[in-house]
Parts: sequence; structure tokens; C-alpha cells
Amino acid sequence: MSSVFALLLARESRLLFRRPAELANPLVFFAIVIALFPLAVGPESQLLQTLSPGLVWVAALLAVLLSLDGLFRSDFEDGSLEQWVVSPQPLALLVLAKVLAHWLFTGLALVLLSPLLALMLGLPPRCLPVLLLSLLLGTPVLSLLGAVGAALTVGLKRGGLLLALLILPLYIPVLILGSGALQADLQGLPTAGHLLWLATLTALAVTLTPFAIAAGLKISVGE
Amino acid sequence: MSRPFLEAVALTCERDWRLLFEALDLRLMPGDMLQIVGPNGSGKTSLLRLLCGLMQPTAGEVRLQGEPLAAQRGELARNLLWIGHAAGIKGLLTPEENLAWLCALHQPAERQAIWQALAAVGLRGFEDVPSHRLSAGQQRRVALARLYLDAPPLWILDEPFTALDKQGVAQLEAHLAGHCERGGMVVLTTHHTLENKPSGYRELDLGQRAA
Repeated sequence: MSSVFALLLARESRLLFRRPAELANPLVFFAIVIALFPLAVGPESQLLQTLSPGLVWVAALLAVLLSLDGLFRSDFEDGSLEQWVVSPQPLALLVLAKVLAHWLFTGLALVLLSPLLALMLGLPPRCLPVLLLSLLLGTPVLSLLGAVGAALTVGLKRGGLLLALLILPLYIPVLILGSGALQADLQGLPTAGHLLWLATLTALAVTLTPFAIAAGLKISVGE
Repeated sequence: MSRPFLEAVALTCERDWRLLFEALDLRLMPGDMLQIVGPNGSGKTSLLRLLCGLMQPTAGEVRLQGEPLAAQRGELARNLLWIGHAAGIKGLLTPEENLAWLCALHQPAERQAIWQALAAVGLRGFEDVPSHRLSAGQQRRVALARLYLDAPPLWILDEPFTALDKQGVAQLEAHLAGHCERGGMVVLTTHHTLENKPSGYRELDLGQRAA
């Protein structure tokens, strides 16, 4: 069972690396959105610094959302999902591996890129640990929740907008806690509370959403 | 009389408010080959998907070894090989990688066995070419190579002969007939008339039923 998990991770990574453009898209989007703000708001470092926690988080959230639309699309179209559903392997485990692979190459890459962009917005370097930690805890939740929406909309021809409408409301708690932690850190307040709540969401998402994703995929495949 | 392996009882299928078939019964014993024929849109693929448990019937039920399918999902999964119209072949992966993964979903296969299966379907030398570079017929052969690996007893195949050349069709027919003679079961849809029929061959015409 765990070997299938590892094999699927390897397969998904291989697929992502053979389509490097798709890997780069969310990262480029993230970088450009953040780079637009200093241009639009003006180079007042105080104002940008105050805004930076929210800006980084909103940009990361939209970048993850952008990357999710196609998460299951090609597997749906080429019949891979049918093979997963009829196989003896637990579907929830397979989708967890799939989303984990996706997160490793989009979510984790966003996390690694974020310090550079946050410094561009004037976030003081002492806030970087909290920035990294909050994104590290928050982006898996974004990927997993988004995968639930992607699973439900995979059968639709233009599911992109519907996906955003379904999923964005669910992203609100993550956004509040994530940017809240960073805001608190910026003002020199303790951040443990925010981060622990964020970690709770991560634990809940990792344990519960695979079942919801699997159920959504079964519905989409059964149409 | 012994119990059928797979059985459909009073199966009714409705799609988009159109009745495809109703009160359909079928029984499948080891050694049987069931060819489903009928005009386009008569519900052939839907019937196969119902038998695989991919879709839920509007009424009636599918039974595996006498038990309703819902309670037998694991059992069906261990005994079933399903190749749909889209066969789960990734264009970006090579035939070998595709087969290794599709086998791993059931039981992992040795590299040696995969190469032998690819050679058996005439793809020797194409093991490491990305599948999207192959022709439609060759891609179909990649999917069909699964039938040459350690395969479970029940094969449900949707249009397996699509895009195959004459020699490929004859070879596949012989392989399917051999599988049935060895006690396996095949359910397939095709418009093509089979030349090589095993003793357990039957035909189900969905078009006539509707008429």
C-alpha cells in the first residue's frame, strides 16, 4: 500500500517535470502579482510594509487556486481516474499522494520563493521565520481544499470559475490565520496562537479532505 | 447449477432523461465471452461501466458471486481488468512507465514481464518512446499489453479493436479466446464480427432489445 503511494509520487513528479511550463506558471504569477503592488501603491516603504502580510498571503492563495484547475483534468480525460476507481487501492490514499506531489512542486516552491518577494515589499527580515512557517502550514490546506473543488468540477468543460466560487469561501480561515500571524509578528506580538490554529487546520485537512476528494472524484467519474 | 461469477438483475439505465435499456439480465460464468453489440448510443459503454461499478444503475443491481456489488467492491477490484475507451495511458510517459504504474495499481510487475508484454503486442523497441509520439493503434496496443501481464480473470473491454491493424485484431481475438478457454471471462463491445469465438461465446444486442 505504501509502495503504491511512493510510486504515485514518483509518477506525478515525472509528469510535472515533463511539463515544466505548468510548474512555472503559479510561481511566475505569484512573483508578478507581488511585483505589481510596489508599482501601483508607490514606493512608500512604510505603507507597503503594513500591507505586506496580506499581499503575500492573497497572492499565494490565488497562485495555488490558479494551479488547481487542471489538477485532475488530464487524469480524467485519459481514463486514469477510472483505473484508480476500479483498482483495489484505496482512492483516498491515491489522491493524497497526488495532492502531495502537486503541493511539493507548487506550494512548497511558493514557500521557498516567498522570502525574496516579502523583502521586496519591505517586510523586515526578522519576520521571515513566521512568514515561512505560516505558509508552510497554510499552503497544504489550500491545496487540499482546492483539490476537493477540483474533484467536483473536473467533469465540467469550464470548471475554473465555479472552482473559485466553491473554494474561495473555504480559504477565508486560512487567509485570516496566516496573514494574522504575520501581522502579529510585524507588530512584535506573539504568534503561537495563530500558528497553532493553522497547524490544526493542516492536520484536519490532511486527515479529512482525502475522503472528500475521493468521493468527489467518484461522482465525477460516475457521470 | 453453479453460481454465476458476475450477474446483472433487472438492470435499467437512464442517461439525460433517455432510457437506454431496462430490465436487462445477464449472467457470466467462468469461460464465457459476452459481446455486446448495438447501434451508437444504445448504451453499450454505459452497460460496461455499470458492470465495473463505475456508474450506478437507475434500477436493478449487479451482483458478484451472488452478492450485491456495493458490498463486493474489493473483491471486484481484485478480479477485474477494465480498459475503457480512454485507457489511462499518459502521453508524457513511456509505454514501460505507463504499464508499470497500471500494474502497480493491481499487483506490481517485473520490468522483464513488462518488456515481454510489450514485445507480445509488437512494441519491441518502443519501450522508452513517450506514448504521445506513438500512433493511435500503437497507443491502443500499449493499453492492451496489460492483457499479456499477470491478468485477473474478468476482463471488461470497451472497443478493444479500435485502431488495430488486421494482424493485431486477429492476435487479440486469439488471445481473448485463449483467456476464455482457460476459464477467464471477457465482456467486450465491438462492431466487428469476431472470427475466433471460444465455446462460451454469446452476443447481447442492445439495439434489438430497445426495438
